[in-house]
Amino acid sequence: MSAVAGKYPELQKLGVEVISVSVDSHFVHKMWNDHELTKMVEGGVPFHMASDQAGNVGRAYGVWDENQGIELRGRFIIDPDGVIQAMEVLTPPVGRRFAETVRQIQAFQHVRASKGTEATPAGWMPGDLTLKPGPDLVGNVWKVWKPDMEK
Amino acid sequence: MADQPQGCARTTGAVVGEKPSVAPTPEITTIKKEPTMTARVGQKAPDFEAPAYYRGKFTNIKLSDHLGKWVLLCFYPGDFTFV
Repeated sequence: MSAVAGKYPELQKLGVEVISVSVDSHFVHKMWNDHELTKMVEGGVPFHMASDQAGNVGRAYGVWDENQGIELRGRFIIDPDGVIQAMEVLTPPVGRRFAETVRQIQAFQHVRASKGTEATPAGWMPGDLTLKPGPDLVGNVWKVWKPDMEK
Repeated sequence: MADQPQGCARTTGAVVGEKPSVAPTPEITTIKKEPTMTARVGQKAPDFEAPAYYRGKFTNIKLSDHLGKWVLLCFYPGDFTFV
């Protein structure tokens, strides 16, 4: 979570609010913030650290591990209408890659701004060409996009 | 932000921006059965309300209070873990 906290300004620029959730109490969140995360991130955690001790929220999102009584690493991108646009769930020992989360948010924001008239091909980064799905593009994607264009 | 009364985290039984489909149970004497709802891409996110720590204060956070903004919701195994 410190990785997200450290790059929070980047998310703020994109107008993204962050909510972290674990089964720890909010009191423990405070202790973790005060005693460890403030040493990793200037000023500590800048977003909401929610507590889900009974696992109710984790169950609703399919990340509750009942054997261990913990929540798996699940990351959800929710748009302004409350619709889940992306989800990624990892088992505990592997951390997420923040840059990929930002890339996906930028891509979903681009598609939303185009009102669904554009789609972003694999590996799309802001500024790259987008696809405009329609009758003319069917069978012709090869003319505008090739796999080696993915960075 | 003022401190608010704390309770357990709970799903509201609705997707964000809509009313719950069933009336909430009046008594909490029995185990509450929330309507089952599974998160899927392209579907509305399950709404929830939970106690939270936020910039030095204890608050309650409700997902649907953030409608109109993009939200990054991150679950993780636990505080003081290593990754």
